Amino acid sequence: MVSASEIILIGGSAGSYVLIAELLESLPEYFDAAICVVLHRNKQFDTQIERSLSRRLLRNISPAIDKMDICKNYVYFAPAGYHLMVEPDYTFSLDGSEHINYSRPSIDVLFETAAQIYREYCTAFLLSGANQDGARGLSIVEDFGGKIIIQNPDQASINTMPQAGINETQNPQVWDNAQIVSFFKNLNKQS
Amino acid sequence: MAGISKGFFIEFEDLEEIIYILKNISEVDLSGYSKSSLKRRVERFLQVEKMDLVDLKNAIINVKDFHNYFIQELVVNVTEMFRDPEFFISLKENVIPYLKTYPQIRIWSAGSSSGEEAYSTAILLNESGILERSFIYGTDISPKALETARKGVYSLNKIKSYTENYLKTSPRSEFANHYTAMYDAAIINKEYRSKVLFSSHNLVTDHAFNEFQLIMCRNVMIYFDKELQKRVLNLFYDSLSLFGFLCLGSKESLYAHDIKNNFKVIDKRYNIYQKIK
Ligand SMILES: C[S@@+](CC[C@H](N)C(=O)[O-])C[C@H]1O[C@@H](n2cnc3c(N)ncnc32)[C@H](O)[C@@H]1O
Repeated sequence: MVSASEIILIGGSAGSYVLIAELLESLPEYFDAAICVVLHRNKQFDTQIERSLSRRLLRNISPAIDKMDICKNYVYFAPAGYHLMVEPDYTFSLDGSEHINYSRPSIDVLFETAAQIYREYCTAFLLSGANQDGARGLSIVEDFGGKIIIQNPDQASINTMPQAGINETQNPQVWDNAQIVSFFKNLNKQS
Repeated sequence: MAGISKGFFIEFEDLEEIIYILKNISEVDLSGYSKSSLKRRVERFLQVEKMDLVDLKNAIINVKDFHNYFIQELVVNVTEMFRDPEFFISLKENVIPYLKTYPQIRIWSAGSSSGEEAYSTAILLNESGILERSFIYGTDISPKALETARKGVYSLNKIKSYTENYLKTSPRSEFANHYTAMYDAAIINKEYRSKVLFSSHNLVTDHAFNEFQLIMCRNVMIYFDKELQKRVLNLFYDSLSLFGFLCLGSKESLYAHDIKNNFKVIDKRYNIYQKIK
């Protein structure tokens, strides 16, 4: 397992699951980045999503583990009930502090900490959702030189979250679902 | 709460400087704490107190006792009674039967925060009929948390959510049997309070102080880096009797530590281990 020098963040809430599954499904066999997903969900559903996706897609999809190296060619999910953070030594850490935007894990917390470590090697996607989480985080990714992409609110099942992202940032790219999926499909062909 | 405004962001170098100052003027050493988590706590503190870095450094150095208040606000105290109910079910099924074989049972709740974990355990011991011969030590570094723990008084709002957790572990019981309700708060029954002693103990610098059959340290080590985790795990190893149990939080495991070879896994999902050598 090799540490990733690039990170791709995905934040989604209500209405984003289907798109997340689809874009993970379209990933090439090998990619250089680490992909890290915060999906708001009930604590009851703990690790079911990772397990079923991992089985279906036959690839490395796992819950992010505290103090674990962040590796290439891996997809990580923030576990329910904890904030997920990136540490300066390129490992994950988990944190059970207060909810942010009524959420734990909070998209803002991952985006904000990853942005400050990976800087221009950080790409963040904000997808469908019914609250404001992630918007501030996106703007921080932007401040630190990362790339920010927002799901076209017209195509999002619930547009509150992408719209908040657009309002909060300077120069976001707003992409249709097909564009987002194609980005992941072609991951190792760009760069 | 909403997130931290950009105006309160600090650099990792600033964090190192604050850690350094604290280490010099008090016995508290935060250098082994997870940096990103700690940095956010400092930023949150600045935001809540409407201070900037210069104010903060000045206050730490010049204002008497400020550093104690600061440290207390930095650590994450979030806790619940019967947090992760499935853990307590596993404790009841896998650990209590062993504990029953001891004439005297000593338990350590390390990083006990405001005491909920220790009291939950006392209730569990009572329901298993062994509270009489048990004693629980709760330790923490936060004076504020220790004070709340000693009082054993929690708001009715909290009691409501604790009741839900409790009913998942003991479905046929009444949580209300374990506390006395007052106006807007509840006090844990004396029979439990008299079986728990809360005192100050720093996992980073203090040493073993007793031998235990059960040590719980849940949701504390996620805030430590690997090296500090190692130190703390050694401390627990030294403080456990042979065949004693170590319980970690639901996201904490021995997996990445060599010391795992001295333990047997009792519950992989809820991180319960038994010292076997
Ligand atoms: C999130 S609480 C955990 C409470 C409880 N064990 C639980 O799982 O709900 C973490 C506690 O660890 C305490 N703590 C942090 N650093 C510590 C140290 N060096 N020594 C002892 N306690 C510490 C904090 O003050 C806080 O009360």
